[in-house]
Amino acid sequence: MPMLLGTVVYAFVNSIILALMAIGFNLTFGISGVANFAYGALYIFSAYATWMGLNLVGIPYPVAATVSILLTMLAGTLMYRFILMRVRGQALSEVIATFGIGLAILEIFRYLGFVGFEYNLPVFVDDSIVLAGVFIDVQRLLIVIIGSAVILGLWWFTHHTRLGLAFRGIAQDERTALTLGIDSDRIALLSVSLGAGLAALAATVIIPLGSIAPGEGYDVLIKALAVCIIGGLGSTGGTIVASFVIGFAERFTDTYISSQWTMIVSLAAILVVLTLKPSGLFGKQKELEERI
Amino acid sequence: MQKRRERVDRGINVRSGDVFALCSWREMLYLAGPRVIPVVAILLLPLALGIYWQKVLLSVAVFALLAISWDLLAQTGMISLGQALFFGMGAYVTGILNHYWELPPLLTIPAAAVFGGLICTALLLPVLRLRGIYFSMVTLILPLMLVRLIEATRIFGGTEGLTGMTPLPSRWLEIYLIVGAMLAALFGFRRLLGTDYGLVLKGIRDNDRSVTNAGINIYWYKTQALWIASTVGAFAGAFMTHVYMFVGMPVFALDYSILPIAAAVVGGPGSLAGATLGAFILVPLSEVLRGVGGLRIVFYGVFLVVFIVALPEGIFHYVQRKYNQFERWVEVDT
Amino acid sequence: MKTAAILKVAGLFKNFGGVQAISDLHFDMAEGELLGLIGPNGSGKTTAVNLITGFVKPSTGAVFFKGLDITGLAAHRTVRLGIARTFQMVKPFYQLPAYKNMIIPLYSPRVKKLVGGKYGDRDAVALDLLEEVGFERDARVAYKVAGALPQGYLKRLELAKAIALQPDLLILDELFSGLSLAEVASILPIIEKLRRDGKTIIMIEHRLKELFRIADRVIVLNYGQKIADGKAADVMESAAVKSAYLGTE
Repeated sequence: MPMLLGTVVYAFVNSIILALMAIGFNLTFGISGVANFAYGALYIFSAYATWMGLNLVGIPYPVAATVSILLTMLAGTLMYRFILMRVRGQALSEVIATFGIGLAILEIFRYLGFVGFEYNLPVFVDDSIVLAGVFIDVQRLLIVIIGSAVILGLWWFTHHTRLGLAFRGIAQDERTALTLGIDSDRIALLSVSLGAGLAALAATVIIPLGSIAPGEGYDVLIKALAVCIIGGLGSTGGTIVASFVIGFAERFTDTYISSQWTMIVSLAAILVVLTLKPSGLFGKQKELEERI
Repeated sequence: MQKRRERVDRGINVRSGDVFALCSWREMLYLAGPRVIPVVAILLLPLALGIYWQKVLLSVAVFALLAISWDLLAQTGMISLGQALFFGMGAYVTGILNHYWELPPLLTIPAAAVFGGLICTALLLPVLRLRGIYFSMVTLILPLMLVRLIEATRIFGGTEGLTGMTPLPSRWLEIYLIVGAMLAALFGFRRLLGTDYGLVLKGIRDNDRSVTNAGINIYWYKTQALWIASTVGAFAGAFMTHVYMFVGMPVFALDYSILPIAAAVVGGPGSLAGATLGAFILVPLSEVLRGVGGLRIVFYGVFLVVFIVALPEGIFHYVQRKYNQFERWVEVDT
Repeated sequence: MKTAAILKVAGLFKNFGGVQAISDLHFDMAEGELLGLIGPNGSGKTTAVNLITGFVKPSTGAVFFKGLDITGLAAHRTVRLGIARTFQMVKPFYQLPAYKNMIIPLYSPRVKKLVGGKYGDRDAVALDLLEEVGFERDARVAYKVAGALPQGYLKRLELAKAIALQPDLLILDELFSGLSLAEVASILPIIEKLRRDGKTIIMIEHRLKELFRIADRVIVLNYGQKIADGKAADVMESAAVKSAYLGTE
């Protein structure tokens, strides 16, 4: 019984982690249709930025983290302004451009030698509590709290604020949104920037659980993609549901089978979903009609 | 007095639509030159190179095949971020056939190409009906997940891979087989894309609704293009397994996915000759840069971005344009 | 003229995530009829066509063509059965000449089936078709790159692409939109010729004066519902139609 409860608790945490990882990517894509393949790289970039602030410049942790988040948002903005904007609308070029940027960023870090156990971020509070007979470290608890807050905040933002509604407007029907005076380029810029910021936020709370490695960047991208594919691109609700589906599947596989099979479970989940309901669980696959 | 650039076809341009009118040796040479000279040069190259650079040429041909495969898919509107999937699949099928059933390479390579292609097509079939971005994502994820699968289940040699493959009969056969395959793919697919069938494929990229409206089942054609491309990629992978006499997890490495894209983008997307040219530029370059290790991939990334933004037509089209037209400044009456 | 309906639409409904685009659409068409489908913007005319041709699947309802149930049949299949449509927004292959734009429709399985194998000279057929829709042969307009042609010609190219499929039912979505009076006047005879050849035609139009000259019958849609169905003159007298187009006091 304790094992089951423990697994459930950790599965819950895992789900929130996945949701946090995926939500930035999903937001950018859902709003501006930009699939940001540099997402994983931005995640890792922010982790290294925080690390450098902490260890090279010597600023306090919270400040370093905040600066890092802002820097990552800036990176996203620059990426859009100088590269993406020029290839806007051509799916081929957008994918390749973001992919190339992500690649360059991650491999530069790897080349410069930022690999090793010393590259890690300290947990916020080094303690653990016992929750219903299950040991759980405070960091994971904080992840759940912060993660839930971010997700709920995002939902409220896109449903109840002017800017958020504008975001959804662009996502649903760019033409109409334009006629209402919403500047699609500015919104796209903001969406990339915001997505980057969310990636940075996710990195800030999640990285302390392990260490920073450039390879992680690819993993994060894969996970975000997996969650978004299963949940349905562009649907926040779908992202959350999919995160829980994969999160629980992974955790239970890890406990009851073996840790190496977790990836396979995710893969199988993707293939199953794609065969049965290709546009994802909550996917709003735009019907052909709306393209006319 | 304001000036503007004007592009004028060279007087020697003898093409009208798709008809060539050849009236003199000069015209024939003008047309034949760019095609015949590189082909002859490539065919003679192995004879002139030492062993090390022959291996590089081998690599060039393999990556050229992957780049051509990528470009074919791109012209049909599918952007593959995982050429490694095709490459690795072919590599493993041939490895399995050779290792467990001891079939000779001249049998396993074609078999691996065909079956590898079929398996990859089957895996990607569900996403063909969705928006292109799903295709790209799944092609990215699949090779990475297959690696984990092999690692976890330790099948087919697991992390160590399968060793002791039968090599090809001779070094010369090796190099000419792959170079021949590359040239066959290059000219064969160019021909294909120039036919009505090819126009349908390109039409699917440009305006798939219109193609559907003509009563053509676009998914069936996409499947065909996917199968052709994956078979080519699988062939390349199968071939390399017998060259290295080894197959393992590295065959699904990101390198095999990225370099073909970089080659096609740098060389000139939308033209198979461009993809080939890109391979000829980037592979030797990466050999030269071997000393800098991981920085190579950084370069690919940077190249990708720079070319896709600043020179999207690629080197091939740029050169082609210069060859067929010349530019001059012309005064504009304001 | 056969008495059986060539097209039968029954109880068609389409809901797009909360928006009822089409409600209870039903009508029959006899062979050789020219039906005008009109209504204010957003009334669901194009959606109705998409439902019939298979570009969009209905929520409920049925569509019968030549007695066959084609409800929800994929678009490329309905084309092969003999329905061809044009699109409101024409998007040819801009870098190809007009006659090469005809390649894909002529490559269609339907054409191959009807002609029984090779067309022979595919380009000659394309040029003939284009001449039929008004591409002047001596001016060699058909050889011009599509990107260089004005809207009138592009619309005619779109029409030629549909005619190439030798359809039994031809659906034209706002063929006249964006055309000058002269261009419309030059296309009308083409449509009249199609009628004489026995083709059944549905035309979605906003340009009512031109449409009423050739339409046998008119159906009016408003907010996805059919509010009138009959001869042009009668329909325009109806109060419902007037209020739909002009608004109520």
